[in-house]
Amino acid sequence: MTNPIYKIRELVKEYDGRRVLDIPDLEIYPGEIFALVGPSGAGKSTLLRLLNFLELPTSGEITFLTHKYQPDMDVPLEIKRRVTTVFQRPILLNQTVSENVVYGLRVRGKKESNGLCKSVLKQVGLAHLAHQRARTLSGGEAQRVALARAMIIQPDVLLLDEPTANLDPYNITLIEEIAKNTNQINQTTLVLVTHNIFQARRLANRIALMLDGKIIEVTDTEHFFKAPDDPRTAAFVRGDMVY
Amino acid sequence: MIQDLADIILLSLQVSGIALLLSTMIGVPLGIWMGLNRFKLRRLLTAVLYTGMGFPPVVIGLFVYILLSRNGMLGSLNLDIVPELFTPGAMIVAQTIIAFPLVAGFTMAAVIGVDPQMRSQVLSLGATKTQAAYAVMREARVGVIAAVVAGFGSIISEVGAVMLVGGNIEGRTRVMTTAIVLETRKGNFDLALSLGIILLGITFLTNLAILRLQGRAVEQ
Repeated sequence: MTNPIYKIRELVKEYDGRRVLDIPDLEIYPGEIFALVGPSGAGKSTLLRLLNFLELPTSGEITFLTHKYQPDMDVPLEIKRRVTTVFQRPILLNQTVSENVVYGLRVRGKKESNGLCKSVLKQVGLAHLAHQRARTLSGGEAQRVALARAMIIQPDVLLLDEPTANLDPYNITLIEEIAKNTNQINQTTLVLVTHNIFQARRLANRIALMLDGKIIEVTDTEHFFKAPDDPRTAAFVRGDMVY
Repeated sequence: MIQDLADIILLSLQVSGIALLLSTMIGVPLGIWMGLNRFKLRRLLTAVLYTGMGFPPVVIGLFVYILLSRNGMLGSLNLDIVPELFTPGAMIVAQTIIAFPLVAGFTMAAVIGVDPQMRSQVLSLGATKTQAAYAVMREARVGVIAAVVAGFGSIISEVGAVMLVGGNIEGRTRVMTTAIVLETRKGNFDLALSLGIILLGITFLTNLAILRLQGRAVEQ
């Protein structure tokens, strides 16, 4: 069996003594699309921040490939740079679309290839807006720029934090397509946080239900929807309130 | 006469220019750091900074006077880097202390005004902490320019502190504001008024230049 890209053991995250995440055991595999679903406040976005090394756990450990990280450990920049996130609300730099797209290359000191930028913008359907100022874009266009600036750096792991929340069906379809292609063509591991269980079903290979900072069930997508082991998963799939 | 006037104008620009440069070098990084970081004494430090923003220049002049006087904490050290009283160096120290809380305070406010998610998002794209701070500062640049403008305004027109620590010595520490006070006291209203108009003109032109820079940032 393939070695996991992330191995989580006894992971706890607390803010001011309040426990927001408590995951004894979780593994995410390279090349898969892994969805995290659950109600607001379940800890999904916090888990993504930890997977992106934007924060460190209060206790426990995260192993990324062969590198093990524990509280108070400095994660090397070259490791951090192998993972990136597309956030629910993209905050673009007050520059042009293409300047936003190449930002990740620029901070890495890499040459900003115009051809690469154009190609990525073409993939997200925004090549014609390359020289437009980013603040003039619509919500859907801004999210696609956010996706493009993540794709151009070709990360090992792309974390998607509710990337289609509040978007119209056209942009939702487009973003899902781009995400799927990125996964299939580049073998990029995707971790998707979504409130939309239908989206999780459309995209993910495996799904985890999170409630109150804990993982309730992790299973294959088909199993998750058709025969979940936990009654709370069944209730969540039915659309019942689960807290 | 014209030479004297030119010397006074030049010294004013020199003292306030160097003080502004120093206060920007201290105030902008401090403001960015305070705007980006959450730490235990942040509220207390912010209160100290805000107090500094409203501190009467003459009181700062008094503190600097006491510090730099021969029996003062710094003056008694006899170090080359500590300027003597009644020199342009002492005036620069006083004006730097007047301007830097304004520069730091307004910079901090501008940085806080940038969406807090901006930093997370650029860090997530692989920026180092310094690159992320620079990205946030770029986004806050309109506010940072306003901070520098406020700092300049506070020192170019200031009279109390430079009078105390500079002493208004002809040919050595006389600047436009202290010259205006002196000429008014002597009844030379024409000269005082001329100096006042020149001071206004210089302030206007400097602000115009800075605001053009800000305008370009706003348009972007």
